Amino acid sequence: MEKSLSWREFIITRLIQTSGYSAILFVALIFFFLLREGLPTLGQVDAASLLNIRWYPIENYFGILPLITGSLIVTLGAALIAVPFGIGTAVYISEIAPRWMREILKPLVELLGGLPSVVLGFLGILVLAPFLRVFLDLPTGLTALAGSLLLGGIAVPTVVSVAEDALDSVPRAYREGAWALGATRWQTIWRVTLPAAKSGVLTAVMLGVGRAIGETMAVMMVTGNAPVLALQPGSLFSPVRTMTATIAAEMGEVANGSTHYHVLFFIGMVLFIISLVVNIIASSVVFRSKKRAERILS
Amino acid sequence: MVDKITIENLSLQYSDGTESLRGVTMGIRQNAVTVLFGPAGGGKSTLLRCLNRLNDLTEIKSSTGRILIDGENILDPKTDVIALRRKVGMVFARPVPLPMSIRANITYALELAGEKRRSKLDEAVERSLKLAAIWEEVKDRLNDPAVALSGGQQQRICLARVIALQPQIILLDEPTSGLDPISTGKVEAALLELKKEYTVILVPHSIQQAARTADHAAFFLTGELIEYAEGRQMFTTPKQKKTEDYIMGRFG
Repeated sequence: MEKSLSWREFIITRLIQTSGYSAILFVALIFFFLLREGLPTLGQVDAASLLNIRWYPIENYFGILPLITGSLIVTLGAALIAVPFGIGTAVYISEIAPRWMREILKPLVELLGGLPSVVLGFLGILVLAPFLRVFLDLPTGLTALAGSLLLGGIAVPTVVSVAEDALDSVPRAYREGAWALGATRWQTIWRVTLPAAKSGVLTAVMLGVGRAIGETMAVMMVTGNAPVLALQPGSLFSPVRTMTATIAAEMGEVANGSTHYHVLFFIGMVLFIISLVVNIIASSVVFRSKKRAERILS
Repeated sequence: MVDKITIENLSLQYSDGTESLRGVTMGIRQNAVTVLFGPAGGGKSTLLRCLNRLNDLTEIKSSTGRILIDGENILDPKTDVIALRRKVGMVFARPVPLPMSIRANITYALELAGEKRRSKLDEAVERSLKLAAIWEEVKDRLNDPAVALSGGQQQRICLARVIALQPQIILLDEPTSGLDPISTGKVEAALLELKKEYTVILVPHSIQQAARTADHAAFFLTGELIEYAEGRQMFTTPKQKKTEDYIMGRFG
């Protein structure tokens, strides 16, 4: 009896261990695959032409700068929309809304977060883009701005639900302490509740930005897909093309093993490194402030 | 002596139907420690939280009655709640220093109230820390984070933070429930000092503490005020059978 029990323990422990290790293994394999397919680019295209501003693969122009700036401008715009709106909504839901309102809003936000991005892309093409074209008097509504707005909308539910959880876990005693001192509701939120929930709110922002940077479908549908260098603010109102959209659009038509094929993988590598860097920065910031938060809560 | 606070027929029910008050009427003396005691769920904290309207932020089903402070009904919807809370300070069971330095914890509420002069602020810091019996322990490290202090010290910082606002009434909701006997003694000694200037209302965490500190004592059971008398009389010769049973430890 005892023997079979310890055997069961052994097997279950090993199973859990294996699934844990396999997660790491898969990430390592993906990275290895990316390197294997992407690195040959450096042998076939020299660095100068990679950093060129022209992306025209058929004529062997492989400048990936327009794609990187395209991704950056769209993501930056999305973050500018998603962060204030997301945190604002989270504060409203957790601190200000009456209980019945909270019970409606919370599931609604989570539902919004589950909408497939293609569906939102439809909305973008049919409603958002025509509106922008008429309202801003542009030649086309399919611009970086449309992408930013749409991506911002996609990232908002992520930011809201994570930030709301963080605010919700701030002990009620903190708020009551501030109220009892004669702080108004707003002063309490700004000086006590938000600082106390800082690490959770930062995580929310990072997850939101991560969602925006990796999003492909909706962006491909509304940004117009013109690989043009986007450096000045005016680029917001012209079509751009992001790294993700480029890979998704061209990977299906490329000859296996060609230079174009390797360059697409190289873009994947760049994307991978960008999100890795964002994650490392985020987790180091969160880690540092978490230690502080733990000191405060202990 | 005059009554600082008059509570008239106060009833209150939370929306989830839990702890409530039923027809409480009592007067609370100025410059004295009034103790509210009784088993959990009796309405002591609810009563405290009515006195600074902290209950405004909880879901309440119904409340009736009046609370007069200096003759003014503070339950009137027109009352300036922020000003009221500056006049009626509160210390909680769990010390909750704000995530700032020791000094900023004291000055924060004053700054909210519009005080900007540094000399005034420094003066308030020293005065209130002394009254809360913690000045000697922290005077050399006022810029350290308040959360780095021990639990007993944190609680006295919270007390000092309330004193700094120069309220007229200080409410304490089991302020020593998480503290060791030595810290508890220090807080109780501070209360004796405080009642010279303020009206103190205390929900104690034990009957012993109630007996030690009370000038007046009120016994609450399931939302009703059972007995209200001078402290010494209450803890030696209670009039009501229920009070006696509780003090003797026969229930609760």
